Amino acid sequence: MAISSQTEVTPVRFGVVVFPGSNCDADSHDAVRSFAGADARYLWHKDTDLGGLDCVILPGGFSYGDYLRCGAIARFSPIMNAVQRFADDGGLVIGICNGFQILLEAGMLPGAMHQNEGLKFVCKLVNLRVENNGIPFTTGYERGQVIKVPIAHHEGNYFIDQAGLAEIEANGQVVVRYCDDEGETTEASNPNGSLGNIAGVCNREHNVFGLMPHPERVCEEIVGGTDGRGVFESIINAVGAKAAAR
Amino acid sequence: MKAKVYITPKAGILDPQGLTIERSLPALGFEGVSNVRVGKYIELELPDGDAAGEAVDQMCHKLLANPIIEDFEFELVTE
Repeated sequence: MAISSQTEVTPVRFGVVVFPGSNCDADSHDAVRSFAGADARYLWHKDTDLGGLDCVILPGGFSYGDYLRCGAIARFSPIMNAVQRFADDGGLVIGICNGFQILLEAGMLPGAMHQNEGLKFVCKLVNLRVENNGIPFTTGYERGQVIKVPIAHHEGNYFIDQAGLAEIEANGQVVVRYCDDEGETTEASNPNGSLGNIAGVCNREHNVFGLMPHPERVCEEIVGGTDGRGVFESIINAVGAKAAAR
Repeated sequence: MKAKVYITPKAGILDPQGLTIERSLPALGFEGVSNVRVGKYIELELPDGDAAGEAVDQMCHKLLANPIIEDFEFELVTE
């Protein structure tokens, strides 16, 4: 008996944008492909059309050599117009590390990045507390869950003015914070001086998410952890639920 | 003409670089120095004309500075 086409599961389609200087593009691509039910392809920064996609990943790295300010030049790449339109239409966009900086520079997420308070590049495993598990990127976690995810950046000191902070706190846009093993957001657990220990924020509509830590680097035991898998599982489930509702 | 653009961290915003320099100055015998702020200086040349000021202002807003965390000033110099 032929299998009805309705029972076939279409893989969730991820696009990983490659800017000159991206260096976590392959990690992101491979992380996605470790999930059954997901597929990934690369998008070049000069592309102007995303094709059919369910989620765009802006990966980590040093786009355009971090010249001027991190992400400041990449935001004017031709593909960013398409990414903006995709997000405006409700598409899911996640920016990791440099990708987060690009989303901030593009004004797609609130706030800005400073140099780390200690003026050093910080590369280590940190604890994150999941503050909002109700957005398409975090439903795979419990609220308040502490996960271990690595950071590797020099400009991850998140800043937003007081009015902006009140607004993102009230709208559930603070998604993850740096914390200690017990989930307390202490000064000692803040690796870069970020305001309110903020490690990741989303937009008001909750479909654009940026974070400094690298979930794609902890998706397989062999590389040291699997706490990042929840991000990709959440996206895959969110896209699946949206398709089922159609 | 030439534009000289000065970009500085906004008042009240922590400037880790400035703070580190400030803390190291007493070691060299310079006491009482405060409010060290580190910014950027950008020079550029552009066509002469009435629109130059407006153009540089737009450049600063859109690219050269990040208005969320930085202030900017510029001067136009005709050589």
